Amino acid sequence: MSNVALRRHPLDTGTMTPSSFSRTRGRLLASLAAIGLLPLLSGCNAVVLSPSGDVAQQQRDLILIATALMLLIIIPVMVLTVIFARKYRAGNEATEDEYDPDWDHSTGLELLIWSAPLLIIICLGAVTWTSTHRLDPYRPIERLQPGRDVAKDAKPLDIQVVSLDWKWLFIYPEYGIATVNEVAAPVDRPITFHLTSSSVMNAFYVPALAGMIYTMPSMETKLNAVINKPGDYEGMSANFSGDGFSHMRFRFHGLSNEQFGQWIASAKQSGRKLDRADYMKLAQPSEDVPVIRFSGVAPDLYDKVVNNCVAPGSVCMRDMMAADAATAAGEKIDGKGMKMRGMDMTHPDHADDTASVLPLRGAGLTPPNRREGPQMTADNEPMAPVADKL
Amino acid sequence: MSHAPLTVDPIFGRLTLHSLPFHEPILVITFIGVVLGGAAVLGAITYFKWWGMLWREWFTSIDHKRIGVMYIVLGLIMLLRGFADALMMRAQQAMAFGDNAGYLPPEHYNQIFTAHGVIMIFFVAMPLVTGLMNYVVPLQIGARDVSFPFLNNFSFWMTAAGAVITMISLFIGEYARTGWLAFPPLSGINASPGVGVDYYIWGLQIAGIGTLLSGVNLIATILKMRAPGMTMMKMPVFTWTSLATNILIVASFPILTVVLALLSLDRYVGTEFFTNTLGGNPMMYVNMIWIWGHPEVYILILPAFGVFSEVVSTFSGKRLFGYSSMVYATIVIAILAYLVWLHHFFTMGSGASVNSFFGITTMIISIPTGAKIFNWLFTMYRGRIRFELPMMWTIAFMLTFVIGGMTGVLLAVPPADFVLHNSLFLIAHFHNVIIGGVVFGMFAGINYWWPKAMGFKLDETWGKRSFWLWVIGFYFAFMPLYVLGLMGVTRRLQHFDDPSLQIWFIIAAFGAVLIAGGIACMLIQIAVSIRDRKKNADLTGDPWNGRTLEWSTSSPPPQYNFAFTPVVHDSEAWWDMKRSNYARPIEGFQDIHMPRNTPTGIILAGISVAFGFAMVWHIWWLAAITFVGMAVVAIGHTFNYDRDYYIPAREVAETEAARTRMLTAQG
Repeated sequence: MSNVALRRHPLDTGTMTPSSFSRTRGRLLASLAAIGLLPLLSGCNAVVLSPSGDVAQQQRDLILIATALMLLIIIPVMVLTVIFARKYRAGNEATEDEYDPDWDHSTGLELLIWSAPLLIIICLGAVTWTSTHRLDPYRPIERLQPGRDVAKDAKPLDIQVVSLDWKWLFIYPEYGIATVNEVAAPVDRPITFHLTSSSVMNAFYVPALAGMIYTMPSMETKLNAVINKPGDYEGMSANFSGDGFSHMRFRFHGLSNEQFGQWIASAKQSGRKLDRADYMKLAQPSEDVPVIRFSGVAPDLYDKVVNNCVAPGSVCMRDMMAADAATAAGEKIDGKGMKMRGMDMTHPDHADDTASVLPLRGAGLTPPNRREGPQMTADNEPMAPVADKL
Repeated sequence: MSHAPLTVDPIFGRLTLHSLPFHEPILVITFIGVVLGGAAVLGAITYFKWWGMLWREWFTSIDHKRIGVMYIVLGLIMLLRGFADALMMRAQQAMAFGDNAGYLPPEHYNQIFTAHGVIMIFFVAMPLVTGLMNYVVPLQIGARDVSFPFLNNFSFWMTAAGAVITMISLFIGEYARTGWLAFPPLSGINASPGVGVDYYIWGLQIAGIGTLLSGVNLIATILKMRAPGMTMMKMPVFTWTSLATNILIVASFPILTVVLALLSLDRYVGTEFFTNTLGGNPMMYVNMIWIWGHPEVYILILPAFGVFSEVVSTFSGKRLFGYSSMVYATIVIAILAYLVWLHHFFTMGSGASVNSFFGITTMIISIPTGAKIFNWLFTMYRGRIRFELPMMWTIAFMLTFVIGGMTGVLLAVPPADFVLHNSLFLIAHFHNVIIGGVVFGMFAGINYWWPKAMGFKLDETWGKRSFWLWVIGFYFAFMPLYVLGLMGVTRRLQHFDDPSLQIWFIIAAFGAVLIAGGIACMLIQIAVSIRDRKKNADLTGDPWNGRTLEWSTSSPPPQYNFAFTPVVHDSEAWWDMKRSNYARPIEGFQDIHMPRNTPTGIILAGISVAFGFAMVWHIWWLAAITFVGMAVVAIGHTFNYDRDYYIPAREVAETEAARTRMLTAQG
């Protein structure tokens, strides 16, 4: 396992100049750390230490580099603790004469104990600064693997991700398809995930591919990654999101171009379209949802999810904020499409109210029951078992 | 959906018979156990006619020593609850693989991990830390009590009231199912319509008042009540770390109060602070709660560092190495504690420069922390180390904590955090620093100061059993979690699909069982020590050959602590006094001015329990009455002018003469 892990990381002399220091040094240290750590973990499938995507591999390298750097000081401390504790124990005649109850200061030693950690933190800080920028999830992928840059004209694969209670929706705008709890990408093609959430926060995490990123309602996060090896990988929500959280898992398939084409085609053949009404049904809480593939998606569905206006007649947040900004700037707006009506997606109570009357929620009222309203029902065959669980 | 009908009962609010968990066998059995146990305890107190004594000498006491002990008792009792939660989680995770759903359904499991986190931090670690500070700080600075003795009693009872509200949720209604920091939107009214989050809010708000006031009190005490000659740079290190901790408390707990108040407004009156739709933003909550939450971990660890400093120096028989560098390290840690909060959510989409900044500030904290470890190391160097229980805990801390420190710095590297955040690696890390740091520190402190507080040492045999079970149990329980984190396993999962993971969870559960043994041994240790108190009595007041002022008075100290206020010439005042052949004054005593006990604190706290309960269940009439009641009692207390009394010089002389006889008998 250690061989495999290290072999994939020849020194990269490619795109990133600022961190050549950290990488040259890093590889050495990483090897050292790997030798120390891997025997412990061989025999178990430590995906974080042997991932299949370039981003996750660089993150793995960083773990090993940082560990090695810190072991430089941790090991001496632990060894000294044991040595001192033994050597200077009361009753040890060998050190009886050394007892020096008033020795409490040494400028040289104090300089050393402050500067040694400082030096290590300077190294680690430099590594941190460069690597955090290089591996910023928002930064487009610049290399596929060490030594293999992304072609200049390569267009990343856009995947829109929506975390729902408690399943994952993936939309492929380029292909006009959508899937639930299954996502695929061709090997060695950069992927840009655009992520949001329908109700509460989750975190999108495919350990083999790249680090996690939160999905948050009415906000968008991004994650750039690339998968280097074909395979069937586990994905999950890494942030607790409620009762169905434990089953909020999906498969991430790394496919060859050809397989990916077939995968898209199979979705195209499913004959099910994800329109806005379907989406609203899908967004209702359900657990352990099997894979669903949709051959078509309502236009701008993802955009409407981010702006919280999938429900017919609801005002998109973007428009609401524009209206607010305009009102604040003293402009008059015509009310067309600006009525604050029908916000019943996330605010069930607001359905019958106008902008001028914000109802008090809570305060002595039975809180709205999120489980009411449309459910996934048996007419969506693959989801039928789910209905029982609700 | 339109407005829900007004179904809230005007008398019982949301509370109905369905709120009682008759359908949960685990809870019913627990409830029966608690009732039987509680009845036994209450019966025993009645049988031995202890009620009057408890009320007069403990519940209404404003003696910092009694309050300190009550804090620690509260912390240890809540440790049993928090640890029971831990055992249940470990059992669930060890079982629930594949077709086996385990024995805890998600709605129950989710409450357990939330309660475990909240209880362990707020009602175990905080009371233990505050209790030690309360007990030790006034003694270390040569004071007779804290600056505001009544406030101290009130603070304790408010903390206890928060714990009571949290415990009530076990049997009436439910607790939050959100995780211990209750991020919205999950903790919002839509996703969590039940009473769980309200229990969370009111438990913490009421306890938070106590914590904040206790912080104010101890700052004033340390700044204003030090013995003559004790300049800031002659304060014992534990007092220094207490000062830093209380400054952190005062500067950070109001943020928690505000953020929970805003969450309450969102839940109770429909404001939109933490929703996206009407201009609010859940990220505000996340930022604010961590601006409190990060200093909170230093609030816990700094006093533990103080304990280790005292213990290492005492049991090495040496002056603490690098006193001033220790003090500056403490101050630097306290300041930096405010500059790192964002490292708890690197993965929420901040830019690379922001993430790097917070990552690097986090790493910088490891420099003063590292300096502290080296200072303890060089205090041991050329010493004569006695491996008594406090020192054993300290060595275990030094070896364990550095591992947690290392994984902490690792998590501070943002790209590494991207793959480790929310994983069991993170869980292993913070248990490694909280158990390996705070808990070991508190146990070192309890073993160290117990003879001072009680007048007899804790039993060593059972103490060692407890020590080894805890330490070994810790490694069994949490090292597998590091491994699982590297296998990409995330936290708070109630069920797993991959059977190859199971063995690691079984090992972790085994570790938890060992720790349970450690806790049992600790309880036995206390019981055995009380039984053998004559044999282990400490008649000198200085059982460990101590170095700071608390060891200069008797064990347990008289109510007034010091008959004469000591004069300090050195940071290790008692060591200095012993070496300069200090003669204990045996005459010339004067009347001593002392504060008088008052039941106001426990009454206010009792009313606030009812207030919190009413708010949780929307019983508005009760909330209104109790709120007014609190105001009336508080204002009424300001008219109580009978707040102090004098211990006559004759009585002081008798007490001191008794001690003189005891010391002479010792030779």
